[in-house]
Amino acid sequence: MNRKPYIRPVSTTTWWLAQPRYIRYMAREVSCVLIGAYTAVVVFGLWRLTQGAAAWNAFLEALQTPHSVAFHLLAMAFALYHTTTWFNVTPKAMPVQIGETQLPGAIIVAAHYAGWAVVSVLVLYLVGI
Amino acid sequence: MSERLIELEILRYDPQTDEAPHFQTYQVPCQEDWVVLDAVNYIKDELDRTLSYRWSCHMAVCGSCGMMINGEPRLSCKSFVRDLPDKIRIEPLANFPIERDLVVVMDDFMDKLGSVKPYLVPAEKKSVEDGSYLQSPAQLKKFKQYTLCINCTLCYAACPQYAHNAGFVGPAALALAHRYNLDSRDVGRAARQDVVASNPGIWECSFVGACSDVCPEHVDPAGAIQQTKIASTVDYFKDLLTPGSKG
Repeated sequence: MNRKPYIRPVSTTTWWLAQPRYIRYMAREVSCVLIGAYTAVVVFGLWRLTQGAAAWNAFLEALQTPHSVAFHLLAMAFALYHTTTWFNVTPKAMPVQIGETQLPGAIIVAAHYAGWAVVSVLVLYLVGI
Repeated sequence: MSERLIELEILRYDPQTDEAPHFQTYQVPCQEDWVVLDAVNYIKDELDRTLSYRWSCHMAVCGSCGMMINGEPRLSCKSFVRDLPDKIRIEPLANFPIERDLVVVMDDFMDKLGSVKPYLVPAEKKSVEDGSYLQSPAQLKKFKQYTLCINCTLCYAACPQYAHNAGFVGPAALALAHRYNLDSRDVGRAARQDVVASNPGIWECSFVGACSDVCPEHVDPAGAIQQTKIASTVDYFKDLLTPGSKG
């Protein structure tokens, strides 16, 4: 008998809309665009700082426009989404076995949040808040 | 026992007569304790003997009855009709070519599975008289979860990376490579790395995690792949700091 396997076409542009888990994945991936844009804003701010007080103050003023505030809120939301979803899967990537017992995943996740808190406090301390 | 009339919409494809697959609908009186496989068996026995599909054990062990059930890759023997709506759409596992009806071509998976040497490679072969390879419960625990894979390939059907990149070695094969790499009796890791740590191996995985979501045996292939990425990265830096030490 002649074989004639049929290959189903797969959309290269809308595949991620097929399932909620794919949408969640894409949200996590697209967060890098917003975090990248935020980083560019910070670097731009540093460059303005090198140009003197007037340039720096103009930059600070620009940050307070509604568009800027909306962008920063959006970037923060995606950054938090990325961080929390990433922390939540760390027990898969870094399971810890002690003897015959598996360390509960919740402890590994909690350790990451604790590390996050410590680094945040350290950064806030360094910038003098 | 109560009976419920279910509409099963099944993707049909006859390579001898069809240019493309099409849906065919069947009305099936389902019992309350039926799984989707029972409903498909009813069609085969009572309504349409031409329907082709794979199944064997009816108890989530053989891994052969995987199908797309309302768009989700599932074992049809483990999917209760009572948990599904009155209309159920059944398609062959996604991302595989269709051989006929619900039967898919698994050659690609079989080739990839073989390529990762999914068997024990001992340091030295023992004869039966020499006795068995000993292992402590703690050593067994390290990889036991990954031994539960039944090669049902639901993970391949769920993986968008495999859908768009046919070269990707894929979840089950990489999870099984990890299973043997973690086995204290095995020394085959270096021989597997050419395939496992290559681009089409672990590095094509972008950690969607769908494979682990759909795995009926909770093997967690996504976790296995991330652990392999970490181990391979450690290899890379070890080699960078002490060239040639990796062997």
